[in-house]
Amino acid sequence: MSAVEARGVGKVFSSRSGDVVALEGIDLTVAAGEFVALIGPSGCGKSTLLRLIADLDAPTTGELTVFGKTPQQAREAQDYGIAFQQAGLLPWRTVTANVELPLELHGVGKAERAGRARELLSLVGLDDFAGHFPHQLSGGMQQRVAIARSLAERPSLLLMDEPFGALDEMTRERMQTELVRICAESGAAVVFVTHSIPEAVFLSQRVVVMSPRPGRISAVVPVNLGDVRGEGLREDASFFAAVTAVREALHGTPVTARGVDLR
Amino acid sequence: MTASAVRRWVAPVVLGVLALLLWQAFVVGAGIKPYLLPSPTAIVEQLVLVLPLVWSAALATGMNVLVGLVVGSVVAVGAAVVAARSRMADTLLSPTAAALSVMPIVALAPALNTMFGTTSTTPRRLVVSVVVFAPVFVNMLRGLRQVQPVHRDLLKAYAATPRQITRTVTIPGALPYLFTGLRIASSTAVIAAIVAEYFGGLQNGLGSRITSAASNSAYARAWAFVLGAILLGLVFYLATLALERTVARRQGG
Repeated sequence: MSAVEARGVGKVFSSRSGDVVALEGIDLTVAAGEFVALIGPSGCGKSTLLRLIADLDAPTTGELTVFGKTPQQAREAQDYGIAFQQAGLLPWRTVTANVELPLELHGVGKAERAGRARELLSLVGLDDFAGHFPHQLSGGMQQRVAIARSLAERPSLLLMDEPFGALDEMTRERMQTELVRICAESGAAVVFVTHSIPEAVFLSQRVVVMSPRPGRISAVVPVNLGDVRGEGLREDASFFAAVTAVREALHGTPVTARGVDLR
Repeated sequence: MTASAVRRWVAPVVLGVLALLLWQAFVVGAGIKPYLLPSPTAIVEQLVLVLPLVWSAALATGMNVLVGLVVGSVVAVGAAVVAARSRMADTLLSPTAAALSVMPIVALAPALNTMFGTTSTTPRRLVVSVVVFAPVFVNMLRGLRQVQPVHRDLLKAYAATPRQITRTVTIPGALPYLFTGLRIASSTAVIAAIVAEYFGGLQNGLGSRITSAASNSAYARAWAFVLGAILLGLVFYLATLALERTVARRQGG
């Protein structure tokens, strides 16, 4: 069964100054265990699409299913984990208590919670910060806590809305490498919203390119850079080729090649 | 004690002592009559004489402040929780809070004295509750409305019940605002409790003692009770501050 199935999904936001068509005619299938990136300029509706899948908003038209259920049923069954651009940690809870939050809300026992939190924190490399409060961590560390939290209930679908958007380039690349590893270990399907082409290419098996006003899918670029993606891949010719393909799809025209000056 | 702590404590103390010395020198030097302004030494002399009385009066007034503060705050917090949940309750309660905040206690105290009788502490405690309600209500309500959109989304994604949302996000997020409200309320509560005693009724509190000492021309003694009132105000202010710090530390502030 596919993780996400969208057929002719549209979303219209009504406001006093008129209707805004955020999404129109979205057809998308995300297979179980597949990593799909949504990319496009601001206002193309990529975050809106993610929010529809998460049932944080409801589509105006079309049909959307998550593991064969309605998004609401999937949300209530906790089929997905979610991470936002802001880490969104509760400042009055320690790192451990933040990671435990979803487990606590769903009635998981104390000992099991503590064990799972320890596991997750070592997965994101934050074992030494379990008792710290969010404000004592850097932005990248907070984001790692948020990712650990999104994995707490071993979801078979991860929804990520520009989770590395606020990070510096170095932290960002390290986090991407970690995410590839974590996803390979958990086998979860991922829908990853980003506006960075290299990020989309490095992480995903398919890049879904979107265009704005109204938000539509304008192209789907298969990437397939293999299952083992290390730092070396970032300087590989196949990586650059895929980046170029996505860039051309984004701009709608082939980018004219220029002389490359290598020194 | 570190150097910064020394600076923090020594400077105000030196300033205070200097001011007292100037006061003493002014009163003695210029030969000011005691009914205009008694000297600090005369006030301390009186304070030593009437210390047990100041203590019992401070206890009586302090009890009124405490009961009024607790009752007013509990009602205000409850009202804020209701107002944050329902728009209709908000439109009913917010103007009420505004009306209460401008209500002059000077007008309220005599009216309540008549209502409950002059041998009761209830009117004074009610006055304090009324004064406490507005700052606590307004600040708590603002705090309850501060839930970040990302937290709201997160809790919805977790399919949390309204009760869970209130317990895990809304209330902890509102606590710092509640303490701001309480800190404002605690100072005004002491003032209100003392002023409420100016309008007859029981003669056991600091306010009553100040008025009766002044009407007996015992000005130094009146000032000794004023000193007691200042200390009582400080105690309540520091107590709420300590409570705020403790909670902030437990919340990782």
